[in-house]
Amino acid sequence: MALLEIKNIETFYTLIYALRGVSLTVEEGTITAILGNNGAGKSTILKTVMGLLDDQPDKGTIEFMGKRIDGKDPEVIVRMGISYVPEGREVFEELSVKENLLMGAYIRKDRAAIKKDFNQIYKYFPVLKEREEQWAGTLSGGEQQMLAIGRALMNRPKLLFLDEPSLGLSPILVKEIFEIIKTINQEGATILLVEQNARMALSISDIGLIIENGRFVMKGKSKELMEDKDVQEFYMGMRSEESAKGYQRWKRKKRWR
Amino acid sequence: MFLQLVISGISFGSLYALVALAMVIIYKTSEVPNFGQGEMSMLSTFVAYALLVTHSHSFIFSFIGALLFAAALGIFLEFVFLRRAKDPNILSLILITLGFQMMLYGLASWKWGADQRDLPFPVSDFDVINLGTAVISYLNIATILITLVLMFMLFLFFKYTKVGIAMKATQQNVMAARINGIRTNRILSLTWAMSSMIGAVAGILLAPIATLDPNLMLDPLLKGFAAAVLGGMTTLVGAALGGYMLGVIENLFGGYISLEFKSVVAFGIIVLVLCFKPSGLFAKHYVRKV
Repeated sequence: MALLEIKNIETFYTLIYALRGVSLTVEEGTITAILGNNGAGKSTILKTVMGLLDDQPDKGTIEFMGKRIDGKDPEVIVRMGISYVPEGREVFEELSVKENLLMGAYIRKDRAAIKKDFNQIYKYFPVLKEREEQWAGTLSGGEQQMLAIGRALMNRPKLLFLDEPSLGLSPILVKEIFEIIKTINQEGATILLVEQNARMALSISDIGLIIENGRFVMKGKSKELMEDKDVQEFYMGMRSEESAKGYQRWKRKKRWR
Repeated sequence: MFLQLVISGISFGSLYALVALAMVIIYKTSEVPNFGQGEMSMLSTFVAYALLVTHSHSFIFSFIGALLFAAALGIFLEFVFLRRAKDPNILSLILITLGFQMMLYGLASWKWGADQRDLPFPVSDFDVINLGTAVISYLNIATILITLVLMFMLFLFFKYTKVGIAMKATQQNVMAARINGIRTNRILSLTWAMSSMIGAVAGILLAPIATLDPNLMLDPLLKGFAAAVLGGMTTLVGAALGGYMLGVIENLFGGYISLEFKSVVAFGIIVLVLCFKPSGLFAKHYVRKV
């Protein structure tokens, strides 16, 4: 059975029709990546599922482990086992790194296990251990991203949402973070990843989906998507062959429009 | 004379510090200066009076009863009025708190009238300890000690308890708090309860020095607000220090320059602080990098 099953959801930001009927299943143990341009509706999917948009989704259903979660508050959804790393990190700037992680474990009562998880997080991100007592607001962007991921993991999620973990990070850091995401997945968490960096996202994910104007336009195994000509040109910045004359009189058309 | 002025300044300053703390705790979560604060603690003080004098319970019982009433009142006001505000902006929230102020003032005047009453306090204002050139009354000592204990408890609460840290987290980023499973609405209720209780303590400590009538907290509220502005509306430590500073400065001004204009000091300080350091003297707020 699918861990998360989204059926035909439609979401509005007051009058803006952001999601126009999106369906998606996330299978247990996989990494699923959602790709798309700015404003395509990638993050809106995650926000809708987390219950962060009041009175949304307008239509459609969302099921997590067979239970309906649409229309529930984020506080309830988190307790069911979904963690969310929001876009732009959103760490608690005037709390120490340690306190931030502690807040990640807010809903848990098992002290001994929490301690173990602290060590686990510090193993993933050794730099957080060094900065344990520092205010999170004083960390660099990359460190804050690590902290946000660590904080989300502290709740031992069955399903982890990552909203643009590569945003504003240097290429080396992006690589590092994606390797850790891969490790986290191998150690048991299912991951739903939203990214603009298509190459990176497809290289670690199992399934890829492409969203445009609030609709999915493509779905497939990540490996196959990486080889797809359209995806290569429009999302990975590769050019098709130049013509013999030295200029192109035609432009490649996207299949889905 | 200098020492004497400083000592009674600290004692008054303790009360201002409590009012300032009560205001700052709410300001940090609800982002609104609660102008109903004074009337909330005035009403709680009247409840202590009713239990103590009208129903002749013991002082401790009345004190605890008043605190519980204060907590309930804070939760009630936040839940029934503030939370109902649709798409609130700061101004409309401030107006709601002004509404509390008038409502509670009316309620107290209706129930207890404008008579000036006396709240019997177990510690005397007239027995004093001699400190060489100055004296300090038992009541002053009690006020200073109770305030310090309360502040220490607040410090422990915000530093070491999970709920305290969650409260700070909510103050900093509501969305992030919610996605970590913190029930932010409950945290909000809790802040109003705490703030209201701190205010009630200030009211009960003030009542034996002033007289108990519906105007009890009018002046201390404004002073407490001035203290919070002076120290910084965003820091608890700053607000407390601001309270002490204001108490001492005001008293020295009253002693050496002009007793009639003593109350003007607080407002002068508000103006000066807003001109030169609007965030307050002790605010060390983290500024978000763009």
